[in-house]
Amino acid sequence: MSSIGTGYDLSASTFSPDGRVFQVEYAMKAVENSSTAIGIRCKDGVVFGVEKLILSKLYEQGSNKRIFNVDRHVGMAVAGLLADARSLSEVAREEASNFRSNYGHNIPLKYLSERVAMYVHAYTLYSAVRPFGCSFILGSYDQDDGPQLYMVDPSGISFGYWGCAIGKAKQAAKTEIEKLQMKDMTCRELVKEVAKIIYIVHDEVKDKAFELELSWVGEVTNGKHELVPKDIRVEAEKYAKVSLNFKTDSTTDQGGFPMPCKQG
Amino acid sequence: MEIDFMDSQIKGVSTGTTILAVTFNGGVIIGSDSRASIGGYYVSSKTINKLIQVHDRIFCCIAGSLADAQAVTKAAKFQISFHSIQMESPPLVKAAASVLKELCYNNKEELQAGFITAGWDRKKGPQVYTVALGGMLLSQPFTIGGSGSTYIYGYADAKYKPDMSREECLQFATNALALAMGRDNVSGGVAHLVVITEEGVEHVVIPGDKLPKFHDE
Repeated sequence: MSSIGTGYDLSASTFSPDGRVFQVEYAMKAVENSSTAIGIRCKDGVVFGVEKLILSKLYEQGSNKRIFNVDRHVGMAVAGLLADARSLSEVAREEASNFRSNYGHNIPLKYLSERVAMYVHAYTLYSAVRPFGCSFILGSYDQDDGPQLYMVDPSGISFGYWGCAIGKAKQAAKTEIEKLQMKDMTCRELVKEVAKIIYIVHDEVKDKAFELELSWVGEVTNGKHELVPKDIRVEAEKYAKVSLNFKTDSTTDQGGFPMPCKQG
Repeated sequence: MEIDFMDSQIKGVSTGTTILAVTFNGGVIIGSDSRASIGGYYVSSKTINKLIQVHDRIFCCIAGSLADAQAVTKAAKFQISFHSIQMESPPLVKAAASVLKELCYNNKEELQAGFITAGWDRKKGPQVYTVALGGMLLSQPFTIGGSGSTYIYGYADAKYKPDMSREECLQFATNALALAMGRDNVSGGVAHLVVITEEGVEHVVIPGDKLPKFHDE
């Protein structure tokens, strides 16, 4: 592993002599251990793709979701400690709900991501609590403001993006995302590319089987965030596999050792 | 001899009043009279301002208990200003109206004030919202309120047209106020009108003797 904190890493309320807060950096390592999630913004919407590693053949397909609905028009894809991520999705939902209750309209995504980021940041200030060990990507579509994409990390900062990736293969995914001309693409075209990227970055040797979770929000869904319909997902996966000359018959390894799983 | 139930139980100074807001092509006109009365017998102010600016392009007119209305608009003005700074953009008229609605609804036992919120925002252009006594929020192309409004429902319904020009709308609003002030004893004084458009806000004040006359003997 990389640097050791040697005494300055015991609590989030301590700086190291070179100005780092190690607990926050360790939290980011927790995200890097999780499987990849990507979000890309195109001209008429946002598409999310998550590589869900199948740790046991007994898992029910479609359960253990890593993409959440925060509000009708906002989706959230997560990576890292799933329990932390689920609790933050509740925080985000409450923010969006309170905003609507007070102001009568949909919460703008920039504001929502700032509010949740502020909440995450609060947990990096005290020794009594630990930072959240998850990053997440928020995406929304609005008639007037168009598609928006924001990412929040364990340090509590949020940035707007045209495309971003979190999790173990984020570097490889970012390289692939950079090759796309997303500003000129529509959601339908982008869904296939997102599926392809997930297939590309998936590590066949280390991680074996995975399930692809795809969701989108945009003009194509009338501003509603929802999982990509099965037929479109199947088509996107076929495109991805063909692009990679993937073996279409999955050979299931009879190993399947249950791993201690906290990360997705 | 009752004016309208909204005023009858109000203690202290009330704004037996005529207020209205009308959208036109490119903006909205909000208007009111300027009389405040106590118990419907004594005119406590001839020149009160019932048009409160809650943000650059959003105005509110108040009806009911003056104290309640002022307290609510003061709180609403602060909340809307703060919200606008957090959003880094001018507030939506709907957001401003919702803030007022929350204040009215959550404190409905203590308060006795109704509002008309009107303004212009980048998203939906000119809009008018009514926030009634108990906290109901309703969006309408135009609306009238206050005790004097009962005398001009017929006029307003007959004469309103969607997409009027600025001058037509100004004439409509002035006439409506003049007619109401002429019949309602607790409405009177001068007519205050504010024209809100994307470009800015313009106040028009018409003194009582310059208001249009309708068969006045």
